[in-house]
Amino acid sequence: MIIDLPNTTTSKISKEITNMRHRGGVVALGRVLTLVVITKHGYEEEAIEAANEASREHPCRIIVLVDSGRDSADRIDGQIRVGGDAGASEVIVLRGYGRLAEESESLVAALLLPDAPIVAWWPHGAPKDAGDTSIGRIAHRRITDSGNEPDPTSALYRLRETYQAGDTDLAWTRLTNWRIQLAAALDQADGSPVTGVTVEGASDSPSTVLLASWLTLAFDAPVTIVADPAGTGIRRVRLHRATGDIQLYRPGLTVAELTQPDQPNQRIALPRRSLQDCLSEELRRLDADEVFGEVLASGLPRTNLRSVQPSER
Amino acid sequence: MPENDIGGAKRPANPLRDPRDRRLNRIAGPSSLVLFGVTGDLARKKLMPAVYDLANRGLLPPSFALVGFGRRDWEHEDFAEEVKAAVKAHARTPFDEAVWAQLSEGVRFVRGSFDEDDAFLRLKDTLEELDAKRGTRGNHAFYLSIPPKAFEQVCRQLSKHGLAQAEDGKWRRVVIEKPFGHNLESARQLNEIVESVFPADAVFRIDHYLGKETVQNILALRFANQLFEPLWNANYVDHVQITMAEDIGTGGRAGYYDGVGAARDVIQNHLLQLLALTAMEEPISFNADDLRAEKEKVLAAVKLPEDLSTHSARGQFAGGWQGGELVQGYLEEEGIPADSTTETYAAIRVDINTRRWSGVPFYLRAGKRLGRRVTEIAVVFKRAPNLLFLDQHEQEFGQNAVVIRVQPDEGATIRFGSKVPGTQMEVRDVSMDFGYGHSFTESSPEAYERLILDVLLGEPPLFPRHEEVELSWKILDPFEEYWASTGAQPEPYAPGSWGPASADELLARDGRSWRRP
Ligand SMILES: NC(=O)c1ccc[n+]([C@@H]2O[C@H](COP(=O)([O-])OP(=O)(O)OC[C@H]3O[C@@H](n4cnc5c(N)ncnc54)[C@H](OP(=O)(O)O)[C@@H]3O)[C@@H](O)[C@H]2O)c1
Repeated sequence: MIIDLPNTTTSKISKEITNMRHRGGVVALGRVLTLVVITKHGYEEEAIEAANEASREHPCRIIVLVDSGRDSADRIDGQIRVGGDAGASEVIVLRGYGRLAEESESLVAALLLPDAPIVAWWPHGAPKDAGDTSIGRIAHRRITDSGNEPDPTSALYRLRETYQAGDTDLAWTRLTNWRIQLAAALDQADGSPVTGVTVEGASDSPSTVLLASWLTLAFDAPVTIVADPAGTGIRRVRLHRATGDIQLYRPGLTVAELTQPDQPNQRIALPRRSLQDCLSEELRRLDADEVFGEVLASGLPRTNLRSVQPSER
Repeated sequence: MPENDIGGAKRPANPLRDPRDRRLNRIAGPSSLVLFGVTGDLARKKLMPAVYDLANRGLLPPSFALVGFGRRDWEHEDFAEEVKAAVKAHARTPFDEAVWAQLSEGVRFVRGSFDEDDAFLRLKDTLEELDAKRGTRGNHAFYLSIPPKAFEQVCRQLSKHGLAQAEDGKWRRVVIEKPFGHNLESARQLNEIVESVFPADAVFRIDHYLGKETVQNILALRFANQLFEPLWNANYVDHVQITMAEDIGTGGRAGYYDGVGAARDVIQNHLLQLLALTAMEEPISFNADDLRAEKEKVLAAVKLPEDLSTHSARGQFAGGWQGGELVQGYLEEEGIPADSTTETYAAIRVDINTRRWSGVPFYLRAGKRLGRRVTEIAVVFKRAPNLLFLDQHEQEFGQNAVVIRVQPDEGATIRFGSKVPGTQMEVRDVSMDFGYGHSFTESSPEAYERLILDVLLGEPPLFPRHEEVELSWKILDPFEEYWASTGAQPEPYAPGSWGPASADELLARDGRSWRRP
């Protein structure tokens, strides 16, 4: 069910939600968090769809703030979606115009669930300092996506300068399955130390940079980034060791091959993760990701970002 | 440098592992799962789908292999097709060709029956081939999804052919399904056989209830909150009811069920495990040893009633209408002897002889063809002293209760009194409800996913050890012996009801009544 409330206020929206509950059926039962999506006109549906899907794992109230143009007269158009149109959640879309286009705590205060944690997500257009925005200050978790920034690497450096506990970035989430496989492979290896690392991936991908930074921090060994054409994602990680290298190589977009000394080559499904998948992972734990903080703070500056071309090796 | 000892040998710790990095799920190490009884119900409906779901969630290693053992004339590919069909029909997560392609490369089939030495030699070759070509590295788990009477033979065959003994740094494990015997004596015999072949810590006994999220949530509810534990004792609790009701009959399991009955089938294992988790003291950690120690203490403290005849009840469902369907009585079901004295309903009272629970009866009931399918634990509190609401019937605001629903519709309910609007001071009981399906994932992992993964990771906390099995039989055996001594036919009850009249009398004698779940 979709209810449009043009030219409205949040207290009217809040009243309408209570009315809907009284009229029957539509209850905010067991919602575990409020997800505030801060986006701009034209990008909202993709984010709503991912959030709806994620809400099946983490029922939540989703508030979408859509910057609909700052030149128009001040106004808010509201929309409430429940039931089949909203996954296991309720979605409140606020299209702000003029001075109401900018996100602010006062805009959403009446709509936040009592007591429940708040997660803020900027799917497109990360703010200069997420923790210092009006919503960012009240949020327990702030999710940005450096992969959608015009210059991803400088976006990572900006994250580093402003990082505070509770910040996270989807470029990091996209790495989880790679990191799991690498850690598992190393669980089984003999104890021979890693003396060098090669990470090969798309030159425009902040995930490549973050993976290299994580490995730099973990191994205290030189990490070389090999630049692939833009848009290919991560392709290869090679851990150089005296007793034989360990390599995880994904030539296409789904299946990766694991090579280890004295073992047959093994294949594993390692598909690129969907937005919904990444968002679900982010909502699973709401405490600070200290490892991510350290990778930004200490791993990133120590990582040699001057990439080589595949042929230069 | 800190060390860990994965696989026995000391090595430097893995620099990629950081305990704070909680995104890194543990995935199973290189290993295979060898499945005996691949054509069985359990294997097709639960085990093979769970293996796929684990693969789909990225929790199995790339080297993982699934070996089927059975008396069918199948090639590897035929068995792979069987697995695929079972996965498509019963898996929880969507079917993905890439995941399947990866998994199916490790699927093997070994043809043979349990008495055939050659078959076990072929199994040995297959495992060696997998170690060499797939990289399972000598780690193998044998899942015995077969009739219990075949356990001994299979264990002996595995031992005889050197399959049960692990080399250094590798492991062999065996997984067995309930029933773990039919009384104390037979449970001990079974255990002697299994543990003569596999070391105690390599034996994983499946009680799939313990893999359920809600059952694990009992521990979270009790020990992660300040709200309940102060009340969780004889000062405030009047009694506890643990119910496992099914709305179906024996449903094709007649051959297994007859002669076993409701008490042995579920009270001895599931219900007593639920009792242990509800009543035990706080363990000092979630380690297997600490958790099991607390469960064993409370099971050992269970005290049986002096007079078993007045503190137990048995029933057998009759034929009749149930929910718009005409159903047959137990004695008319196919495969059941017309004079069977097997009970399809059992209820017992036990007490727990500890300071915490002294004087608080625990009522356990289980049955088939009852009002609806439900498993729950109800902790019923004492009545509040009533000074103010004198003109009210006791029924209207009764006893507070915390109800943990194990299945279906997993969650928890709290019952308490509340003022009725518009009246002067009228109070009525209301419910406050927490539903897993509302607050968390719509599709939480199946119990078997968790349990199979724990077997491969070698994490035993969710598996009962032999001592618990023994203690549970010690609780149930006297009831079974008493029932056998009477030689009486269990009391018939109407299908779709909540059991025989004697079960209601059992509580009425103590001035209580069963909840309607
Ligand atoms: N089904 C359940 O819901 C459930 C619940 C709790 C516990 N369990 C336990 O789980 C285990 C399996 O249950 P189930 O219901 O799947 O049993 P089932 O349907 O009776 O299957 C038994 C399996 O064992 C095989 N088998 C029996 N004797 C054999 C022999 N001599 N050589 C080779 N294979 C032999 C059968 O193969 P053939 O097809 O060749 O006969 C079949 O695959 C049992 O221990 C049972 O007590 C089951």
